[in-house]
Amino acid sequence: MALSVDIQKRLGDFRLAVQFEAGDEPLALLGASGCGKSVTLRCIAGTMTPDEGRITLDGVTLYDSAAGIDLPPQRRRTGYLFQQYALFPNMTVRQNIAAVIRNRSRRQARTGELLRRFRLEDVSELRPGQLSGGQQQRTALARILASEPRAILLDEPLSALDSFLKRQLELELAETLDRFSGTVLWVSHDRGEAFRNCRRVCVLDGGRSQEVRTLEELFRRPDTEAAARLSGCENFVDVLPAGTAVEVPEWGVTLECRRPVPEGIRRAGIRARHLLPAEAENALSCQVVRVIRDVFSVIVLLRPESAAPGAPPLRMELDRSDWETLPDQTSLTVSVDPENILLLQEL
Amino acid sequence: MDWYPLCNSIRIAAISTAAVFSLGLAAAYYIARLPRLVKGALDVVLTLPLVLPPTVVGWLLLCLLGPRRPLGAWAQSVFGLRLVMTWWSAVFASVVVAFPLMYRTARGAFESFDETLAEAGQTLGLSNTYLFWRVRMPCCRQGILAGTVLAFARALGEYGATSMIAGYTPGHTATISTTVYQLWRTGDDAGAMKWVLVNIALSAVFLLALNLLESRRRTGKKGGGT
Repeated sequence: MALSVDIQKRLGDFRLAVQFEAGDEPLALLGASGCGKSVTLRCIAGTMTPDEGRITLDGVTLYDSAAGIDLPPQRRRTGYLFQQYALFPNMTVRQNIAAVIRNRSRRQARTGELLRRFRLEDVSELRPGQLSGGQQQRTALARILASEPRAILLDEPLSALDSFLKRQLELELAETLDRFSGTVLWVSHDRGEAFRNCRRVCVLDGGRSQEVRTLEELFRRPDTEAAARLSGCENFVDVLPAGTAVEVPEWGVTLECRRPVPEGIRRAGIRARHLLPAEAENALSCQVVRVIRDVFSVIVLLRPESAAPGAPPLRMELDRSDWETLPDQTSLTVSVDPENILLLQEL
Repeated sequence: MDWYPLCNSIRIAAISTAAVFSLGLAAAYYIARLPRLVKGALDVVLTLPLVLPPTVVGWLLLCLLGPRRPLGAWAQSVFGLRLVMTWWSAVFASVVVAFPLMYRTARGAFESFDETLAEAGQTLGLSNTYLFWRVRMPCCRQGILAGTVLAFARALGEYGATSMIAGYTPGHTATISTTVYQLWRTGDDAGAMKWVLVNIALSAVFLLALNLLESRRRTGKKGGGT
């Protein structure tokens, strides 16, 4: 069974056009802020209506503009985990969970069961305002499972938390989702979070969805600038295809790619980690503009000597020990393996 | 002493408050989700009775409900009911004058309500009716209670529009406020004084009860978080 989404919506100047399918798996929806991730989730949950298109979940049509179907959120059975959890502040933990169990005769037993499973028995008579972040998340998850959803939608579940709590809650979330047999949509702007918890990903860029692929694929060979950016690539430059190489007018050089460069390629990306201080293939002699010391690494901003005046600096990242052993820290020659030049197409 | 004006005042205030409570809540709930322009226009119309002098409201009401006016004539011919100069005519006046207080406070409360709570409830399968009474209302309780209190106080003290639409008939349409005016006008200062004291006592009891209610709720909720 699966979730299939193909919708369009206009919000002022913003146009959303999203199309993807997800099986019984966690699928990451990855995109920068303002790319339409939340709107997509809300359209699926039914708290927002698309302009046209079709959404089906486990064979049930939730929305179909052509057939005039638009199920109310109550009948869609999509569990929506809000960033702030949206627990009812006037009810205790127990009441929050019990309220959504439809079967009256099983309500008490089922609530007890969920309280036990989510280790909430000790706080069951407290109100949400008295709970820790972890307890709030567990209550929200317990409440979602109490409503017996067919799919679970996570709207940037961890982005409001500090890093230590975040790791802890991410683990708890992952454990809960492992036991859930339906579709999970995990909306995030954090590539690490997506990578750790999902196998496949749908990238959203400016309201448009790209093809669903595995996260491995996204990191190894991103095909658009948005995908490359989301996978953590920092350096982008305009290029012109030249056989198996690309010309880079901005830097006045030609970079070998050792593979045929399609005619449509106009941008290329290089990861900061893939720039190496060595005189090898695709060498560029650069001036050091700035050195930023990070916790375990050093980020070096470089200016290719042949670069045009307004060109942005290149970002290189290397381990601290590697940086300390460099003889000349004001100018150096860097190179990039042809394999590591990302060729990016316009959408 | 004839206690009719006291009973009549309380009766009118209670009925008006009940009416204003439901009308104000319904208006607040539905108007809060309208587009901004419509909301602004409706807001002006519905708040007008608050700023208009009570005599203007009374005159407008007479234009509508008087025996030879559209609504008054209609009620007369269909139900054989006279809408003005009866004790319950004062209810019309109190409702119109107290409505804006309830509507505005309730709307303020609804607007500060976190809509994601309702959305979360919907995706969890809870009906809109359940969410309104069991989540939205309790979360907005403070504002709604304040609005109800203001409406009741305003209805209890209503004089201008009431005197125009219900007049002063002892034992029939007399309220505390119209009685005080009538006694003072006829030179019965002692009688007026009695009713002034009754009015002050009534208001004091009302405010005291309110404070008690408020502090009980606060201690009952201690450590309850919101």
